[in-house]
Amino acid sequence: MFIINCPYCGEREQSEFKAGGEAHIVRPKQPTELSDDQWAEYLFMRKNIKGIQFERWVHTHGCRKWFNVIRDTSNDMIKAVYKMGEKPPTK
Amino acid sequence: MKNKYSLFSLVKNAFSYHENWEKAWKDPEPKKEYDAIIVGGGGHGLATAYYLAKKHDMKNIAVVEKGWIGGGNTGRNTTIIRSNYLWDASAGLYDHALKIWEGLSQELNYNVMFSQRGVMNLAHNLQDVRDLKRRTHANRLNGIDAVYLNTQQVKKFCPIINTSPDIRYPVLGGTLQRRAGTARHDAVAWGYARGADEMGVDIIQNCEVKGIKRNADSVEGIETTKGFIKTKKIGVVAAGHSSVIANMVDLKLPLESKPLQALVSEPVKPIIDTVVMSNAVHAYVSQSDKGELVIGAGTDDYVSYSQKGSHDIVEGTLNAILELYPIFSRMKMLRQWGGIVDICPDASPIISKTSIKGLYFNCGWGTGGFKATPGSGDLFAHTIANDEPHKLNAAFNINRFVSGDLVDEHGAAAVAH
Repeated sequence: MFIINCPYCGEREQSEFKAGGEAHIVRPKQPTELSDDQWAEYLFMRKNIKGIQFERWVHTHGCRKWFNVIRDTSNDMIKAVYKMGEKPPTK
Repeated sequence: MKNKYSLFSLVKNAFSYHENWEKAWKDPEPKKEYDAIIVGGGGHGLATAYYLAKKHDMKNIAVVEKGWIGGGNTGRNTTIIRSNYLWDASAGLYDHALKIWEGLSQELNYNVMFSQRGVMNLAHNLQDVRDLKRRTHANRLNGIDAVYLNTQQVKKFCPIINTSPDIRYPVLGGTLQRRAGTARHDAVAWGYARGADEMGVDIIQNCEVKGIKRNADSVEGIETTKGFIKTKKIGVVAAGHSSVIANMVDLKLPLESKPLQALVSEPVKPIIDTVVMSNAVHAYVSQSDKGELVIGAGTDDYVSYSQKGSHDIVEGTLNAILELYPIFSRMKMLRQWGGIVDICPDASPIISKTSIKGLYFNCGWGTGGFKATPGSGDLFAHTIANDEPHKLNAAFNINRFVSGDLVDEHGAAAVAH
C-alpha cells in the first residue's frame, strides 16, 4: 500500500488506482506481418523487473486518466510520475 | 542411512531428552561441479531434487537456496490441496500430485500431516452454479471425485456458513472434492530435504544465484554468493523470482510477480473441519491443527517483490469472511504476511525446457502451487533427467504462448487457486 501522485489529481491512495503493467511496449504497426514468436513477445513476454520498473497506471476512482509511473518494485517506492506521451524523466 | 522415524525412535530419544536426534539434513559447502543444480529450495525445488535422485539416479546434484529452505512461498501459503481443475491437462497434472500426496508421509518417513478433510467451493450466482456444475462433470470424466451440493447440503456439510438468502452474495450451492484437503507446508519441505539429503543431494542454504554462465547455446554453471559452481543442467524453481533468474540470460518469461497475502487468527477450538473457498467473494478459510483460522486473500494487481500487500485486499477478504461466517465477527487476527507469486497469463504453470540447452524452468504456479508440490517435483525431475517433458507436463511448455495452445484456468479453476 502506497501513495501515488496522480499528475492530474495529486496524491491519492494506491487503492484508487489500477495497475496497467509494463509501460512503453509499442503495439506493432502491422500485426499481420509478425511471426508467431514476435506476436508472443509483444503479447505475453514481460521483463517483470525486480528494481526500477516503468509502468502504466490508471486513476480508476478519480480522473480515470492513464499515466506512467517509475517505481522500485523491490520496495514500492515511486521515483517519478509522468503523463502519457511524455518522455520519462532522465534523472 | 538415516535412522527411521518411528514410535520406537521417539521413545528411545525421550530417554536422552530429545537432545540426540540426528540432523535431518547436512549443511554442506558447494562442490566445484554437479551433474545438475536446482535453483530454489522451496517445496517444488526440493521435491525435484528428491525425485531426480530417487527415480533418475542422479545423486551428484545440489539445491541452492538464497535464504533457508522452505522460507519462501512454501512456508507462506494456505496449504490447500485439491485437483478439481476444469481442463484435461490441469486435471492430469494436479491429480498426479494428489495421488502422490496420498502416500507421501509413508514414502518420506516424515509426517506431512496430509488431511483429506475435503475442499468445498461455493457458488453465489447462476453463472457460478453453471460453471461449478460443468466443472463437476469435467472432473468426473477425468476420474477426479467431485459432487455438486445444493444450499441445504452445503449448510449440512459446513454448518457455520450463513446460507440466508438475503445476504449480499447468497450461497446457491457448491462443489465438494472429498479427497482434497490440507497438509503441513513446512513438513513437506523438511521431509523432501531429509529424503534428498539421505540420497546424497547437497542442500546449500544462504547461497544466492548472481548469474548464469553460458556459451552460445548451453549453460556452463552458476555464479553464486558462495562462488562459481559448474554444471550442465540447471533447473530453476524460483517462484516469484523466476523472472530475475531469466533476466540473467536475457530469457523473457510471460510472468508477472505480485504479492499474495494470507492471515491467521488467534487459535480457537475446532469450528471448521473442512476447507471452504469462494471465488466470487474471494475468501477461503480452513482451520489449522493449532486451531488458527487460516485465511487466504487475493493478489495485489501491481508487480511487486516487496513481500507485503495492500491493506484494502485484506479488508475485502475479511468483509467476505464475515458475511459468510458471522460467527467469526469477534475473532482477532494474529498475523498477516505476503508472498511473491509469479502469475502466467493463463494462470497455469510452466514446467519446461527453454531455448538454452540445459536450462529448465518450473514457474508460473501463481497463487496455487503448494497443492502441486509432489507432482511438480516428479514431472520436473523427469523433464530435466530426460531432456524432454513427461506426457503430464507436455502441455505446460513455454511454447504454448507462441502456439496459442493455452491452458486457461483463470475463471475455470475452482477459485483464484
